Amino acid sequence: MTVEKIEQVLKHGKGFIGFIVAGDPDFEKSVDYVVALAKSGADVVEIGIAFSDPSADGETIMKADLRATKAGSTTKKVFEFVANIRKRTQVPLVFLTYTNPVFKYGYDPFLAKMKQLDVQGIIMPDMPLEEQDEFVTLAEKYDRSFIQLVTLKSGERIPNIIKRASGFVYVVSSLGITGMRQKLSTDSHDLITQIKQITNVPVAIGFGISQPEQMAQFKNADAVIVGSAIVNIIEAHSYDAEEKLQNFVKSMKLAW
Amino acid sequence: MNNKMTTSKKGYYGEYGGQFIPELLMPAVNAVAEAFNHYKEDPIFKAELKNLFDNYANRPSLLYHAKNMSKDLGGAQIYFKREDLNHTGAHKINNVLGQALIAKKMGKTRLIAETGAGQHGVATATVAALFGMEAEIFMGKEDTDRQALNVYRMKLLGAKVNIVETGTQVLKDAVNATFQDWTKRIDDTFYVLGSAVGPYPFPEMVKYFQSIISEEARQQFLEQTGQLPDAVIAAVGGGSNAIGAFSKFVDDNQVKLIGVEAAGKGIHTSQTAATIANGSDGIFHSMKSKFLQSSDGQIDPVYSISAGLDYPGIGPEHAYLADIDRAQYVPITDDEAVSAFEYIARTEGIIAAIESSHAVAYAMKLAPTMQSNQQIMVNLSGRGDKDVAAIARYKGVDIHE
Repeated sequence: MTVEKIEQVLKHGKGFIGFIVAGDPDFEKSVDYVVALAKSGADVVEIGIAFSDPSADGETIMKADLRATKAGSTTKKVFEFVANIRKRTQVPLVFLTYTNPVFKYGYDPFLAKMKQLDVQGIIMPDMPLEEQDEFVTLAEKYDRSFIQLVTLKSGERIPNIIKRASGFVYVVSSLGITGMRQKLSTDSHDLITQIKQITNVPVAIGFGISQPEQMAQFKNADAVIVGSAIVNIIEAHSYDAEEKLQNFVKSMKLAW
Repeated sequence: MNNKMTTSKKGYYGEYGGQFIPELLMPAVNAVAEAFNHYKEDPIFKAELKNLFDNYANRPSLLYHAKNMSKDLGGAQIYFKREDLNHTGAHKINNVLGQALIAKKMGKTRLIAETGAGQHGVATATVAALFGMEAEIFMGKEDTDRQALNVYRMKLLGAKVNIVETGTQVLKDAVNATFQDWTKRIDDTFYVLGSAVGPYPFPEMVKYFQSIISEEARQQFLEQTGQLPDAVIAAVGGGSNAIGAFSKFVDDNQVKLIGVEAAGKGIHTSQTAATIANGSDGIFHSMKSKFLQSSDGQIDPVYSISAGLDYPGIGPEHAYLADIDRAQYVPITDDEAVSAFEYIARTEGIIAAIESSHAVAYAMKLAPTMQSNQQIMVNLSGRGDKDVAAIARYKGVDIHE
């Protein structure tokens, strides 16, 4: 069985992208949780690599990173974790990581490992357009998607960012850091429309989305990305979160 | 020797530097770069800044011949560049006046800043009061405990002080928290970065405003002694006072440039902050530089008695100067720094900051190896009033502030 390309999976719209920190609450259990997300309908799963200084993340993901660090997270361990996931599901996977662990491993060997493990893409929030040349060239060599982020502040930068889009375009719904929000600005609706006019790459929206009721306002996106809400379920239910995760993903998918 | 200070790629010093910052902040950072590059060529801006330097910050700072110390150590003549005599008691004011003036010109009304020892926070709070701007300072919990006086000082000046309780609760965590705050509120806010770190243009901008130190010192040496110093010594955490003390001497190849890192309990222990001694290449805090980190790229907790030097990285230009052997970086332990703190007080009647005392400690080692017709400049980056209680505690004396 082969893994479908992200673009293929998300082209039908109403996609759901879930996020889990590798090793939260430990490396065995989080394999089960990725499988649970995939079973209940997640189209893509983002695998977070715990970092000592998650400066773009809110408290929820910071705490998850700490749990994973306590569980012994290392880059090598994350690769083993993905190998274990691949024994049980072919759901498309993307890494979400700060640049330093990847830089330290070596861009080329890291991408080679991604190819070997069938991880389709990578999101590095601290590698903006200005610093991407080297990595994006290598990602193309290994046929991996470097996921581009667009924010409400990107403005005139958007065409240049979109030129390099692959996998999906990650639209950041709001200012600030990761975490659940009660109210989301409607500005991102217009931003999605603007991006879809210039690219066929699927557009996914994330940051702060946590409830089925919020889905309606992003009808024009191809997928929603949910991170902190999933991580919160794991925090609250620790080793007993499987069913809760499945119910949550199903309720979100239904609300589309 | 040709020291290339400019390189092909924007914001890079050799292979170090760059702008590894989330897309959300990129437009804001680029707007700061554009404003900086505009105003540094603007004669009106330059005149306003000079006026603030001279009539508010008490510039130029003295170049003082430390005769007692020179005689006692028996070797090179030691000169102190007295940044401790600046308004607010440290070099930090130079950079804050420059950046806040740019912020004002950009129409920003709110300044945010990280602080370690509290000197940069105090300087930011001070200038915000002067300019009628709002100020919010981010400071690690551990630092608010060991620098309680500066916390009160910032509040007195009208700033809000946010205590950072995430991570290791020191300077690097304060930098994280300040960047986080900026992503939440970009439009009216300017991040006044205090150290020569972060994304371009910050390392370049901090150097530009701190270069007043070496610009004055170079001229003062020529006027007072007719020759340049043989060595310039400055403490390095992120590296703002050091880059300011070095920059106008970089092309004078006969002037040795020496950065002094905080070794904490020693570079062979895990309780250290000596980045050039123990660090490796990495990408963190929006820059490619050297960092204390695991083989996996996780940033190490660091330690120094000095809240201003316990930073797990170093400014990208320092990493470059070390790389090309233009500057040398040496470690000084807590014990050596505390001895120097006491020594300079007794011999010269100067209470220097514990950060600056690291530089003094290295001068005490170097001077006796040199000739009496040679000269050393030590950058006294700040005054030590803030440290008196902590040093007393270190020595086992119980003081209630």
